[in-house]
Amino acid sequence: MPVYFVRRVLAAIPVMLVVAIFVFLLLRLTPGDPAAIIAGDMATPAQLERIRDALGLNDPLHIQFLTWIGRLLQGDFGTSLISNKPVLELVEDRMWPTIWIALITITLSVIVAVPMGVLAAWRHRTWVDHIVMTFSVLGFSIPVFVIGYLLIKLFAIDLRWVPVQGYKAPSADIGGFAIRAVLPALTLASIYIALIARMTRASLLDVLNEDYVRTARAKGLAERRVLFRHALRNAAVPVMTVIGTGFALLISGVVVTESVFNIPGLGRLTVDSIFARDYPVIQALILLTSGIYVAVNLLIDLSYSLLDPRIRY
Amino acid sequence: MTAFSTIRPRGLVAAAAVALGLAAPASAETITAVMHSGLRVLDPVMTTAHITRDNAFMIFDTLTAMNSDFEVTPQMASFEVSDDGLTYTFTLRDGLKWHDGGEVTPADCIASIKRWMVRDGGGQMIADRMESLEATGDKSFALKLKEPFPYTLQAMSKPSGLALFMMPERIASTPADTAITEYIGSGPFKFVPDEFQPGVKVVYEKNEDYVPAEGPQSWFSGAKDVKVDRVEWVTMPDAQTSINALMNGEIDYMEAVPVDLLPLLQGVDTVKTDVLAKLGSVTIGRMNFLYPPFDNPKIRKAALMALSQEDVLTALIGNPEYFQVCGAIFGCGTPLEFADGSETLTSGGDIEGAKALLEEAGYDGTPVVLMQPTDVVTLAAQPVVAAQALRAAGFVVDMQPMDWQTLVTRRASQAKPSEGGWNLFFTNWIVPEVSNPLANIMLNGRGDSAWFGWPNDPEIEGLLGEYASAADLDTQKSVAEKIQAHVMENVNYIHLGQYNSPSAWNAALTGVADAPFPVFWGVGKSAD
Repeated sequence: MPVYFVRRVLAAIPVMLVVAIFVFLLLRLTPGDPAAIIAGDMATPAQLERIRDALGLNDPLHIQFLTWIGRLLQGDFGTSLISNKPVLELVEDRMWPTIWIALITITLSVIVAVPMGVLAAWRHRTWVDHIVMTFSVLGFSIPVFVIGYLLIKLFAIDLRWVPVQGYKAPSADIGGFAIRAVLPALTLASIYIALIARMTRASLLDVLNEDYVRTARAKGLAERRVLFRHALRNAAVPVMTVIGTGFALLISGVVVTESVFNIPGLGRLTVDSIFARDYPVIQALILLTSGIYVAVNLLIDLSYSLLDPRIRY
Repeated sequence: MTAFSTIRPRGLVAAAAVALGLAAPASAETITAVMHSGLRVLDPVMTTAHITRDNAFMIFDTLTAMNSDFEVTPQMASFEVSDDGLTYTFTLRDGLKWHDGGEVTPADCIASIKRWMVRDGGGQMIADRMESLEATGDKSFALKLKEPFPYTLQAMSKPSGLALFMMPERIASTPADTAITEYIGSGPFKFVPDEFQPGVKVVYEKNEDYVPAEGPQSWFSGAKDVKVDRVEWVTMPDAQTSINALMNGEIDYMEAVPVDLLPLLQGVDTVKTDVLAKLGSVTIGRMNFLYPPFDNPKIRKAALMALSQEDVLTALIGNPEYFQVCGAIFGCGTPLEFADGSETLTSGGDIEGAKALLEEAGYDGTPVVLMQPTDVVTLAAQPVVAAQALRAAGFVVDMQPMDWQTLVTRRASQAKPSEGGWNLFFTNWIVPEVSNPLANIMLNGRGDSAWFGWPNDPEIEGLLGEYASAADLDTQKSVAEKIQAHVMENVNYIHLGQYNSPSAWNAALTGVADAPFPVFWGVGKSAD
């Protein structure tokens, strides 16, 4: 296992390098110019040129790339071209709201969806199964901003139980954080509950048809014991994959939810930076999210062997 | 408002929420405002972005200021102009302090003016004529010119474009193409750097040491009397969220309410709506003078004739209460309101006339590359309406959708339209930015050094020179009228009318004032 872990971590390095080169080139090939944002509507071509010079954007591509990589290796992600703030500081400010919302969403989703999926599989083709599947289809089908607005209308505007929008850091005000996190987490959870419940149901149904389950039942084991001790553990492998990738997805792009609930997270920072062509920030964000994907995938793979003893590394 | 009728808080959950202070409005000493965009660039000399200018007016003060009658008034300093019009003497008023406690000195102001002169068009005109800029005492300094330039005080007091803000000498000594990193001014509010999140939130505290200037508050002049402890600007990318938050008392002020969403707020007891920037904005079309077909003045004129302000404004704003068909390139409601030559624009266009002129000009079907920004709501409609009108007149139009950032980069390209260049794009300005011939950047006719489109127009340059040296308002007006007629005939740009953006605010706010852009001095908040 430790060898496998080290091998996977080392294998991530070339992946990240390829991502870095790809992102760097892609951004430079995309039309748009941060100098034009900084200079504004009245800028003359000469002024734009001066600003580009000052930002190093006139240097040859390979020099720009090597400068960036060189700084990166020293832990320096650079400075935002637009706001002039250190990129790491910007990303750190915006990372926590997204991580917190993602954690709450995934936790809530697992708590609700796994029992739903188990119930649907256990009561396969009964009304329970139909209700779970209907809910699941609705969760997929209704756009996330519609669910968001409906929740705002009901809980924030009509009932006035929670604020419409905003974010407070839990370290500063845990109550304020919790009450503001409820609606965005519920909104996002509507999708992930649907996704995880479907996956749990399908995976469990597959396992329930396996020989060893039949054998367990034939031995006279109680249905609950068959379900939880034998079937669910083995069915958990694909469910873990969905949970892990769901978490990574939540970290990398919940732009709509962040906009609807005015959460200053990574999704909004990514979109704002792309529109402003703020190269250092976009590069750092993509590297960060790629790193999260690599780490999550590694954790998922490692969890397989814990869940299914047949899997060995 | 049936759709948003409220069920009052009740029951344990509501009580708990209120007890925690979670759904309650912000404290009475803080105004929370949603501005038109997020603040990212803080140096007002580096960019003309409106949000950067708005931020600068909170933190920095100006030497002189423009009031709602377009008059220059003393702000940080009184001024005297010598009889020969060559020497401008400024005397700083007593009690001016920087936010770090230092006293405002003539050296600070001189450094600020010199840095601004490098970047601003008006500042460059002054610099071209400047003989010296030196301190003449502990509280005074003098600007000496080689030749009279009556526009000097106007340029130094204009509220938009690159406005002239005063900074301490150590900050103002930063090269003009390098952004400042300290935001210490002498203005009515102090910037709180620890709470600044670019694009998300800006926090200002009341400057307790601020001594308001004399005279009534009017636009950016007079007393800047701060009545709250803090102002917080929060960015909300979604207008519906802002509206909900305003109705719920979570924010106090929304600078720009989309006209189509305004009915949601009208009739809500706790919210007031009105147009505060009474002069509003103008929308314009700019052609590229370097390449066919718009290198031909007759073809430019044919395009102008095809367009109708009402059609464009209807598509852009919708509700006629919030737009105005206006033929004056310096804006309706300004001292230079002339409408000569704008008849077709204001009366619905003249497609037949445009067709005839196009034929007379020998238009050969060269496609018009029209750049269409799809991500800016206030600029997405104009290209569509214009393309339809131009096609009706006989133009071949190649409309190319792109994001605004791509557009602003591409418009700087002087390549052929078929090789990555362009022929036509649209943009908007607030009226004060175009209300004066010397401030209106689109009138620059200096070819390669002119604004995007690069017209080489010696005639307008001559007229601008005449305007710059006009000694009195009557002479200025007569020159401005000639400029209006010239622009309509030569089509330096196409003026497509004027529109207003309504604002909305919590009814608990007092003293919300009319101004071309939001000012937070003079605004109080009652506790109930």
